[in-house]
Amino acid sequence: MTHSTTPAEPLVRLRGVTKTYPAAKGRKEVQAVVDVDLDIAAGDVQAIVGYSGAGKSTLVRLLNGLEPATSGSIQVGGTELVGLRERQLRPIRLGIGMIFQQFNLFESRTVWGNLAYPLQIAGVTKAEQQRRISELLHFVGLPDKAHTYPRNLSGGQKQRVGIARALTTNPSLLLADEATSALDPETTHEVLRLLKQVNEEFGTTIVAITHEMEVVRELADHVAVMENGRIVESGPVYEVFSAPRQPVTRRFVGTVIDDEPDPDALAALRARHPGRFVKLELREGGPRQTDIFTVLLERGIAFELVFGGIEDIQGATFGNLTLALDGPAASVDEAVRELAALVPAKEL
Amino acid sequence: MLTALPTDTRLGELWPDIWQATGETLLMVALTMLIGGTLGLILGLGLYLTRKGGLYENAVVSFVLNVLVNFFRPIPFIIFIAAVQPAARLIVGTGIGTPAVVFSLVLAAMFGIARIVEQNLVTVPPGVIEAARAMGATRARIAATVVVPEAMAPVILGYTFAFVAVVDMSAVAGLIAGGGLGSFAQTFGYRQYDPAVTWVCVLILVALVQVIQLLGNTLSARILRR
Repeated sequence: MTHSTTPAEPLVRLRGVTKTYPAAKGRKEVQAVVDVDLDIAAGDVQAIVGYSGAGKSTLVRLLNGLEPATSGSIQVGGTELVGLRERQLRPIRLGIGMIFQQFNLFESRTVWGNLAYPLQIAGVTKAEQQRRISELLHFVGLPDKAHTYPRNLSGGQKQRVGIARALTTNPSLLLADEATSALDPETTHEVLRLLKQVNEEFGTTIVAITHEMEVVRELADHVAVMENGRIVESGPVYEVFSAPRQPVTRRFVGTVIDDEPDPDALAALRARHPGRFVKLELREGGPRQTDIFTVLLERGIAFELVFGGIEDIQGATFGNLTLALDGPAASVDEAVRELAALVPAKEL
Repeated sequence: MLTALPTDTRLGELWPDIWQATGETLLMVALTMLIGGTLGLILGLGLYLTRKGGLYENAVVSFVLNVLVNFFRPIPFIIFIAAVQPAARLIVGTGIGTPAVVFSLVLAAMFGIARIVEQNLVTVPPGVIEAARAMGATRARIAATVVVPEAMAPVILGYTFAFVAVVDMSAVAGLIAGGGLGSFAQTFGYRQYDPAVTWVCVLILVALVQVIQLLGNTLSARILRR
């Protein structure tokens, strides 16, 4: 699918998007998505995180019209989706791939048959189907599984087939609905690498719905955090990780990055490690670890790293270190002051 | 003097009639499964597609179809066959004989099979249907190329079940002068105090049911194994 978008114009543009499920028997009205604004640039990987019930699954289904929005504007590749009929949405969906937590492969078809299905809808010739399917099976690393039925594949292989099937029609946008949530950590990592490869080699824009921050860290360029149907925080992954503003964001970031020990952990640490505890925030472009340790070494302060560590996020350094400093009170005072001048520091 | 039971049976001279009755049963059941099975598939698809959350969700159509099926399905066949006799006269031109029996069987099988089909189609995971929608498939294409193929293995087992039920129902044919093994067993076995004839008919029916069940199981398992 080609788009008439200029580089400045986002591939996906949401304005004031709301999705309300009307009240029904024994059920109150549900506001699944509330007044969402979001721009997703072409070629970007946008993660949308939130706990279950936050509205992210609904939001992603608004992007290909599987669910109609109640109000607002949803533009994909310059086309307004809100108000379109099912018949008008169908050709648009050919340009939007989708993968699922439960893979949703056709069990009655072979891997080949699964990949052929969207091509048949698109009315592609047999010869072209053949070429495209074998190309994609090689791309996802399953060239020998063409005639296997899905039930004989592992979870990771199923999702590879799901990804290949979603890519057959060369979509400019790929929607991933909890694509790795049913997979073990090792397989998750492999599938995320494959998605990264899809993004880099084909320039496919990816919108990834997830509750796993691991997915955000490994895959995403931008992240939006949803709570109660609203996007409460969004931005480049590194920015959101390094300065989470909302409590929900801090909880999510805390699942992949140690911030500071909670009170119980802190008490346990104090029992084992003498000295004063200082948490230091290391960020890309800031002082190096050697600068920090030099300050301590010069004053003859004994120190230990008791909590936290250094992470790599989208190729940038990111770390929260909690150090136990042991030495003469005056020297430690001085060292803490000096450290605070170098990096954000907080005595615990 | 006591007469030995076997010498009293007319089984020997009845064999040609037994084979003819077997042929009649096979014909009635085959016609019923062909016509009633097709109509039941259509009606079952209708029930499935119009139900809440279905591809063609339609509360009114769904309600009407459900009332229709629920009305006809619980009627015992022995009463059903008499109740629909006027309709048989209207549609197949006669209220008695094998055509009228087949007419009644088709109707009864259709409503039973419709429910069986519906119950098996609802086992297709909604996510698979959603995946096809996300690919831009039309609803009709999804029904024909996703829903039915995905539910094929249990649907075949359902049809096997229906087949056995139709064999059972066809035994009542004698009530309106239809043929087949059931009425033959009643006429020449039960009423003539000739248990040998009855039991031969029973054994042929059992063999028939066994073959059908085996075929159904094999076919279904072959589909499931993939």
